[in-house]
Amino acid sequence: MNDLKSNITANRLVFDDNDPQDELVTLNLGPTHPATHGVFQNVLQIDGERIVSGISTIGYIHRAFEKIAEHRPYYQITPLTDRLNYCSSPINNMGWHMTVEKLLGIEIPKRVQYMRVIIMELARIADHIICNGILGVDTGAFSGFLYVMQEREFIYEIFEEICGARLTTNIGRIGGFERDFNEIAFAKIKEFIKRYPPILAEFEDLFNRNRIFIDRTSGVAAVDPETALNYSWSGPILRATGVDYDVRVNEPYSSYEDFDFDVPVGENGDVYDRYMVRNEEMRQSIRIIAQAMEKLEKEPKGLFHADVPEFYLPPKEMVYNNMEALIYHFKIVMGEIDTPKTEVYHAVEGANGELGFYLISDGGRSPYRLHFRRPSFVNYQMYAPMSGGMLLSDAIINMSSLNVIAGELDA
Amino acid sequence: MAKLDNQTLIGALQDQFGDEISGGEEPFGLLTIETSKEKILAVLRFLKTNKSLQFIYLTDITAVHYPTQPLGMAVVYHVHSLVHNVRIRVKVFLDEVKPEIPSATVLWNGANWMERETYDFFGVVFTGHPDLRRILNVDEMEVFPMRKEYPLEDPNRVDKKDFFFGR
Repeated sequence: MNDLKSNITANRLVFDDNDPQDELVTLNLGPTHPATHGVFQNVLQIDGERIVSGISTIGYIHRAFEKIAEHRPYYQITPLTDRLNYCSSPINNMGWHMTVEKLLGIEIPKRVQYMRVIIMELARIADHIICNGILGVDTGAFSGFLYVMQEREFIYEIFEEICGARLTTNIGRIGGFERDFNEIAFAKIKEFIKRYPPILAEFEDLFNRNRIFIDRTSGVAAVDPETALNYSWSGPILRATGVDYDVRVNEPYSSYEDFDFDVPVGENGDVYDRYMVRNEEMRQSIRIIAQAMEKLEKEPKGLFHADVPEFYLPPKEMVYNNMEALIYHFKIVMGEIDTPKTEVYHAVEGANGELGFYLISDGGRSPYRLHFRRPSFVNYQMYAPMSGGMLLSDAIINMSSLNVIAGELDA
Repeated sequence: MAKLDNQTLIGALQDQFGDEISGGEEPFGLLTIETSKEKILAVLRFLKTNKSLQFIYLTDITAVHYPTQPLGMAVVYHVHSLVHNVRIRVKVFLDEVKPEIPSATVLWNGANWMERETYDFFGVVFTGHPDLRRILNVDEMEVFPMRKEYPLEDPNRVDKKDFFFGR
């Protein structure tokens, strides 16, 4: 025993360091680590299992969307927004359309607004499913993930029915939708409203009172509301700390004021509260979709875009057979239509928080400047500071519950 | 609590800062004011700490490049009063050759990455920022790519010329 002690002392002198048992280990978490769910890196200094400090490195999939957007006409920017938060692309698409419509002063018919609400809430559910499902996987419970992923697949089938794509949807046009929802889409939405709540209940049965899950998540990465606001958090993770800030309520867009829904808030701001807030939001989304379906019954059938021929791209068969449509098509594509010279900030409640579009127009066909206020980017900056003192396994769960999407992080 | 409208808001700001505040347009209902880089921290601190305003939430910081203007770099702050549910946009125009502005990280920790992003793309130096490095681009990059003088693609590229496509 004494020999060992003297050896350690000798080591200290040789390495000119403290006790080697106190030596910190540098760990690269990412950029391609299965637990990060995306391409970003954290260089952590760990003392055993405990994180001492960390540095986040992001930008691995930066694609210069803001620069590209300055060279593209408004209607071609929609596919760029798809690739921000690719787990809930329709919210980004609709947010972008609404920004341009606000700039151009286009009035959208109620039916189209309700259709948009349905799409956005389906996207929110899909996003929360993947976040909460994977939170389960990260805590070691794989089965819950499989239960709900099946439903996410069903949502993607609805998207496929509406626009033909599943993940990067490019749904809608400036002024409305490219086509009406077909009968199969409506039938599938109705089926989804019926079949999802019991499955969500089943999913919650697996987790909510699960001793292991509670031990792993409760009290982990708890954030108080002041810190969260100081770091400009938004979305479910802010509401989990107890701040009831939801853009859908604070600045209703797309007729959210017509709907009756609750904004769930948490208490401790820990991982468990974020999980619970997301679950309850899914339930509220179902409520909103059901109300929207009812409201759609009362609206005129077959109306799927605003009557703004100078901004809404006409369908192709019209372009080939109709003089007016040809003229408008030409004017829109060649950028012959004047836009107001002003600036607009429009925010929507994305699945991760406040998704803002700051658009400056100089009157031309493409933006003078477009800035995305991306919730993941703003939310994630607290990750490294808050990881200090945390166990490595807790930090993984914390990252999972922040639901950082690399596409939105890097833009 | 009385509702805070843009009129009272700009009144309160003018009482405090007088001529230091200019602008006052309201594009789409969002009050937009301009101030100088000497006063920006005071204005933001006033907005944040004043009991009747309470703009406690920093939504966004970004910049816009106007190469044709004498002061060609605008730093734009979007601040939100969650209590009154009112937003305000604060702009500061800077010299585009060497843009420098005090950092808002003393008021909000959330300003950290927003300012790093603005520095990364526009080269705006935020003095007093704890860690002003590039964030999305590689560290070796020498230019600030969102400035208007940098084209989207290399103009000398020949593989995308129209004649290759029969045009």
